[in-house]
Amino acid sequence: MSPTARSKPAAKPAAKPTAKPAAKPAAKPTAKPAAKPKLAIFGAASCGGCDIAIVNIHEHILEVAAAFDIVLWPTVMDGKYSDIEAMEDGEITITLVSGSMRTDETVHLSKLLRRKSKFMVAFGSCASEGCIPGLANLTPRKEILDTAFSTSSTDNPDGIRPVWEFEAPEGILHLPEFEPMLRTLDQVVDVDYTIPGCPPESEQIWAALQAVVAALKGTGPLPPKGSILGAGESTVCDECARKRDVKKIDRFVRIQQVAAFDPEICLLEQGLPCNGPATRNGCGALCPSVSAPCIGCYGAAEGVVDYGARLMSAYASVIEATKPEEIDKILDGIPDPAGQFYRFSLAGSLLRGSRSAWQSDGE
Amino acid sequence: MERITIDPVTRLEGHGKIEIFLDPDGEVANAYFQIPELRGFERFCVGRPVEEMPTLTNRICGVCPEAHHMAAAKAADAVYHVDPPPAGKLLRELLYSAFFFTDHTTHFYALGGPDFVVGPDAPAAERNILGVIGKVGMEVGGKVIEARKRGHEVIEMIGGRKIHPASAVPGGMTQGITEEQRAEIEKFGRWAIEFGQFSLGIFDKIVLGNEAYKEMVLSDGYTHRTYYMGMVDPNNKVNFYDGQISIMSPDGERVGTYAPADYRDWIAERVEPWTYLKFPYLKKVGWKGFVDGADSGVYCATPLSRLNTADGMATPLAQAAYERFFDTLAPKPEAGGKRLVHHRLATHWARLIELLYAAERVVELAKDPDIASPNVRTVPTEKPTEGVGTVEAPRGTLTHHYWTDERGILTAVNLVVGTTNNYAPMAMSIKKAAQSLIHKGTVVHQGLLNRVEMAFRLYDPCFGCATHSLPGEMPLRVAIRNSDGEVVDVLSQNC
Amino acid sequence: MTTQAPEAPAPVEVVAPAGTFEPVIIGFTCNWCSYRAADLAGTARVKYPPNVRLIRLMCSGRLDPTFVLKAYAEGADAVLVSGCHPGECHYIEQNYKAMRRFQLLQRTIEALGIEPGRLQLVWASAAEGVRLANEIARVTEEVRALGPLNWPAADLVDLDTFSLEKAWEATGGDVEGPPKAPAGANPDHPKEAAK
Repeated sequence: MSPTARSKPAAKPAAKPTAKPAAKPAAKPTAKPAAKPKLAIFGAASCGGCDIAIVNIHEHILEVAAAFDIVLWPTVMDGKYSDIEAMEDGEITITLVSGSMRTDETVHLSKLLRRKSKFMVAFGSCASEGCIPGLANLTPRKEILDTAFSTSSTDNPDGIRPVWEFEAPEGILHLPEFEPMLRTLDQVVDVDYTIPGCPPESEQIWAALQAVVAALKGTGPLPPKGSILGAGESTVCDECARKRDVKKIDRFVRIQQVAAFDPEICLLEQGLPCNGPATRNGCGALCPSVSAPCIGCYGAAEGVVDYGARLMSAYASVIEATKPEEIDKILDGIPDPAGQFYRFSLAGSLLRGSRSAWQSDGE
Repeated sequence: MERITIDPVTRLEGHGKIEIFLDPDGEVANAYFQIPELRGFERFCVGRPVEEMPTLTNRICGVCPEAHHMAAAKAADAVYHVDPPPAGKLLRELLYSAFFFTDHTTHFYALGGPDFVVGPDAPAAERNILGVIGKVGMEVGGKVIEARKRGHEVIEMIGGRKIHPASAVPGGMTQGITEEQRAEIEKFGRWAIEFGQFSLGIFDKIVLGNEAYKEMVLSDGYTHRTYYMGMVDPNNKVNFYDGQISIMSPDGERVGTYAPADYRDWIAERVEPWTYLKFPYLKKVGWKGFVDGADSGVYCATPLSRLNTADGMATPLAQAAYERFFDTLAPKPEAGGKRLVHHRLATHWARLIELLYAAERVVELAKDPDIASPNVRTVPTEKPTEGVGTVEAPRGTLTHHYWTDERGILTAVNLVVGTTNNYAPMAMSIKKAAQSLIHKGTVVHQGLLNRVEMAFRLYDPCFGCATHSLPGEMPLRVAIRNSDGEVVDVLSQNC
Repeated sequence: MTTQAPEAPAPVEVVAPAGTFEPVIIGFTCNWCSYRAADLAGTARVKYPPNVRLIRLMCSGRLDPTFVLKAYAEGADAVLVSGCHPGECHYIEQNYKAMRRFQLLQRTIEALGIEPGRLQLVWASAAEGVRLANEIARVTEEVRALGPLNWPAADLVDLDTFSLEKAWEATGGDVEGPPKAPAGANPDHPKEAAK
């Protein structure tokens, strides 16, 4: 992002004869103490869970409102494109982006916010690694649209699909383009920090925000660029109360095949494909605490380049077999390797998607 | 032709956009309500093991993941032809009731409620949860925060996580609760009942005690006579977790009650090329466009719809509130014999009655002798095939339909999501608001914005299930364009 | 511990017919068996195709699946993994781990649309120079038959540069919001198809 190309943002809205300044009763009464840092919270293609997780810091939300001038939080407060566009580059101190890059519109807005922000934070799994919707990268775009608009309860004999530009009798209607591949925030703009999780745990969000406030006040260190905030540096296994015997497994089971798992023993050692060994800690190992496997929503553990590669390595280590046929038989217990190893991280992985999805570019 | 664009920048990228076209006389020619987002779950879930669905579909919506979690688990039960043991079902419903309580609290106090509590004419900047606290006092604000907190704690206790729970699986739940947890949940339930009554009291005081508000609730601009849909138990009482789906005609006649698996005999979804969201409608009545009445297949599935569809509530306090609701707003039955409330703003009141029911249900379920049983799962023995799972999401009837191969790998997925049910009624409410406020090219600026905003919000639209707005503002931007598409005027809420 | 950086065994040129696709294959060998086999092949002037770029690991068990995926992402057409025969691992049983990783990886890449033939495992002892050379020739031909993989390398791809930046500049920061989709239309839409 070169800042030089944008030296005159203030002139732009004025250059537009159509914007009627009279409709804006002068600057809002925002002549507050100038020192308050500005915070923006933006949701791209997201489920809203990240916003709920922020609201779930409960009474601390009032402290956030006190520490920051919240310039944008569309789910919670007023905020407009034009307000953001009129800002100086870098005027927003920190922007949290949740959600993935699914349409050209979300890509555009993320780029706009990047220009206007000192620090850009990929907030949650969608923004940082693509999350579940990133599994769309297994399929060509055309198939996704075809499926959505021809399901068994859809009445669509003419095969209608939404179009980016539609000529209605009264005029043209536009829709943002559903891009060929879903992308993560850092595949679109430069990202300073990442807060992982689907969604990030509220306690962790609050801790991360406190650290940021301290850094801005000069009472704490500014985390180095690229830091992962609100999470640990180890794996979920480290936080998990279950015991590991370093026992090898001779089969994988699917969760519905077992009436109850031993509440004390590692789920992976009981044959349940658990993502703990590859997943960053920080959640408190919540899923294993109710006898459900870790699904990997906190993303790759420290130092891991490709989440799926790490998990494959971990599984290969616990399998008890040395003959190809035996290994194959055990691996049949993982019927969906792409989903198992890249459930949350496909869009952010080395390959980013399937070959057919890549080849569908432009279709 | 002139056009007016309303961008309810609820989420800045605009999960909902309204285009209003004016005819040469300056009257409303048409209004389009567009949903500019799609994620494609129905395609990319194919190829995944069916037991993944409660986890994957959670991520359709972070506001109501519990609804998707339950619908997915029920559909997976059906795929495996397995019936969870009593404790498995009870625990699911218990989690779900705690969720309903929490979600309705969020909506009433933070989302839709501020319009009422603070007042529709209050500055928009105050119509959010902070404004609510300002009006009703910090003590109440603290109670609201406590309600959300305690509700989420119960969800985490049973589901493992506060958002996107993890514990529902094909055949039941991953694990049971302890006696200590049960006792704690019961305690929460009793507190929640008090909170529910307290909330209805606030509604009484602020809305029903104010003639101007009451008039607004009863006004024609917020009235639509459509079909209604809702889940009912065998006694035709409202149920969120399980039951049959019932359809009520706009004239108060029960059109039919069907098993969720038969949904395709009753509803179909229409595709329009100008939006990513489909429009469900009643198949037997047919799609007649965006119009009211008994001849139009448009239906509504909201808290109001559920009260209209059911004969009552299954718990005593909620039942009393139900009676009072109809006594106040619809004392006389419709031609078909059932009392119906067609005033869409009454949805907020209906939501509070449901909130009270959910709280009472938490206590009932927590006291069930089977609830703390460790036997929460039935291991499937039959070959997986096809299954439908339906629950009432806070924002409407939610249906998941899966097909799998003999290994339980999904081969097809169909989802009819809560908010989607109300897409057509929302579009109609918006058009109606526009028509009543735009004449001869004159736009009642602020009125239009407020009306559209309120018309939209009462449905508690959740379009992450496609979009949703959380506490407070729904900023609106209206651009009025001439026939060349140039913007000749821009006005915004809060500007 | 530092050791002298090894020089890859120099393959003897085999000239391919003009115009045929020359696959790029990344070969991971272990220090003790397969690398020495390759070395032996070189020393003995056994001919094998130059398509394989060998990378020496201490043990095939060191093969992180990341290496394989990175190779594809950055342009390799295939990956060849080679180590000591089962039961002969210098580190007792690490090559079994390599075997399990290989089988797991093959399933995963297949799910991502990459033919399993683009990941090959060959055991070779230090004495099997000729065998390894033959295997390399076989793998090369198999991959040649599969054709190029052409994975769009991550750092080369920016899907939106073709339109968005330009479009945004053109709007001059328009209050209308983002630029619309490129002259857009769903080609499958009946209306578009009719055009």
